[in-house]
Amino acid sequence: MPSSSSTVLNAQAVGRTLRRMADEIVELFDGTDGVILIGIQRRGVQLSNRIALLIEEREESKIPRGSLDITLYRDDLQTVGPRPVVGKTELPWSIDGKRVVIVDDVLYTGRTIRAALDELADFGRPARIALAVLVDRGGRELPIHADIVGKRLDASPKARVDVLVEELDGEDAVKLVGGDGA
Amino acid sequence: MTSSALGKDLLGLEHLGAGQIRLILDTAEPFKEISLRAIKKVPTLRGSTIVNLFFEASTRTRISFEFAEKRLSADTVNVAVSGSSVSKGETLVDTARNLEAMKIDMVVIRHGASGAARFLAERIESNVINAGDGTHEHPTQGLLDLLTLRDRLGTLEGKRVCICGDVLHSRVARSNLWGLLKLGAEVAVCGPRSLLPNAIDEMGVTVFRRIEEAIEWADALNILRLQLERMQGGYIPSLREYNRVFGVTREKLDRAPRDLIIMHPGPMNRGVEIDSDVADGPHSVILEQVTNGVAVRMAVLYLLAGGNPELAEAAKG
Repeated sequence: MPSSSSTVLNAQAVGRTLRRMADEIVELFDGTDGVILIGIQRRGVQLSNRIALLIEEREESKIPRGSLDITLYRDDLQTVGPRPVVGKTELPWSIDGKRVVIVDDVLYTGRTIRAALDELADFGRPARIALAVLVDRGGRELPIHADIVGKRLDASPKARVDVLVEELDGEDAVKLVGGDGA
Repeated sequence: MTSSALGKDLLGLEHLGAGQIRLILDTAEPFKEISLRAIKKVPTLRGSTIVNLFFEASTRTRISFEFAEKRLSADTVNVAVSGSSVSKGETLVDTARNLEAMKIDMVVIRHGASGAARFLAERIESNVINAGDGTHEHPTQGLLDLLTLRDRLGTLEGKRVCICGDVLHSRVARSNLWGLLKLGAEVAVCGPRSLLPNAIDEMGVTVFRRIEEAIEWADALNILRLQLERMQGGYIPSLREYNRVFGVTREKLDRAPRDLIIMHPGPMNRGVEIDSDVADGPHSVILEQVTNGVAVRMAVLYLLAGGNPELAEAAKG
């Protein structure tokens, strides 16, 4: 059966969703004091940059950003083997006592976030860590939940959720590929 | 058995493709950052056991491997020849099989005999990393030299690198030659005729008889250690003579038409193949090489580790 692909969010909807997420982050922390956005490689990094810019525009304050590559903290090296490309981790700020928002594109099993929490613990002890994701597709394998969700989907395990960002893919979109369709 | 993008073992650069070498260098890049963290450790190789089996003296390479292993959270054991059962006459294979019987995952081997690493790799199931075998290869040194050059020059394509000194006996030279040629660099050697391999020009390598010519031509010099026992072997007349003709000095470097990168794999004989004001001068990247050594070795360990295809299939199903 050929795999079907349907657009869940188009570019306009992605933009609207990111704006809402930016507002929700400011609301969650009642401002931007001590807030650091950390994107997970790869597409979480672009999304966190966009959200940070949106917050900066409205709140007129600078939001420190970082990126986290969790490849070396994965729990499947012995089974799946090394990932072809390990991305950069850049955390030029101390995260001690800060309010860290982890930003990722898709929340699925929760294993990536588990790894990110482990990695962040090696960098310091934030006052709080929150999680913001563009898409929560369900299917958790660990007790992890997102504080801020752009779009909730109930995707079948056979389906794939692709998040495209302009910087890397030439367009902004969220697509559901294969599975039961949508 | 596990098989990775690099295969089971890393024995040399001669049999790696350009793509595989680039993969190692690209993977090494993000590993540099780990050594700058307050907690210089990631859990990647937690539970893996690695034996560093050193049949020859080594400080830099052994410590560099050990740091790389520890920063990836592997458990490591160092076996040196003196004080081990090797000094009681046990063969290499028996030593390794006994280690393997204690359930290890990788062996890093340094040995005086060319081919020792391959010999071992063919006889044990663990991954084997060659940390220098005789005059054959020292792949991780070659890789860290490539990484240092690539960092400085942006690319190796078309860049001119001259390997200076005792090329004939140097495993560092051999690994560098293979790596540089595969990544598209132009390669030359410079040294006394007695210390250059025969017919090296047939590999597409330029031969300089005078260090001044090499300095005129090159973007980078990789200055090899002159093994002092070569003098007894009659390869060179005297150390002073060698320094006068082939030693890299400030005075000779001042005539270079462009900024030269100065590399040395260590340990240095200051005042023989390299003068102190060159080794410690502004063009020297010798300590960068040492820093990059840890990142490259982390990359190699990471790429050789794990990846059991059967388990991966089972996990998918």
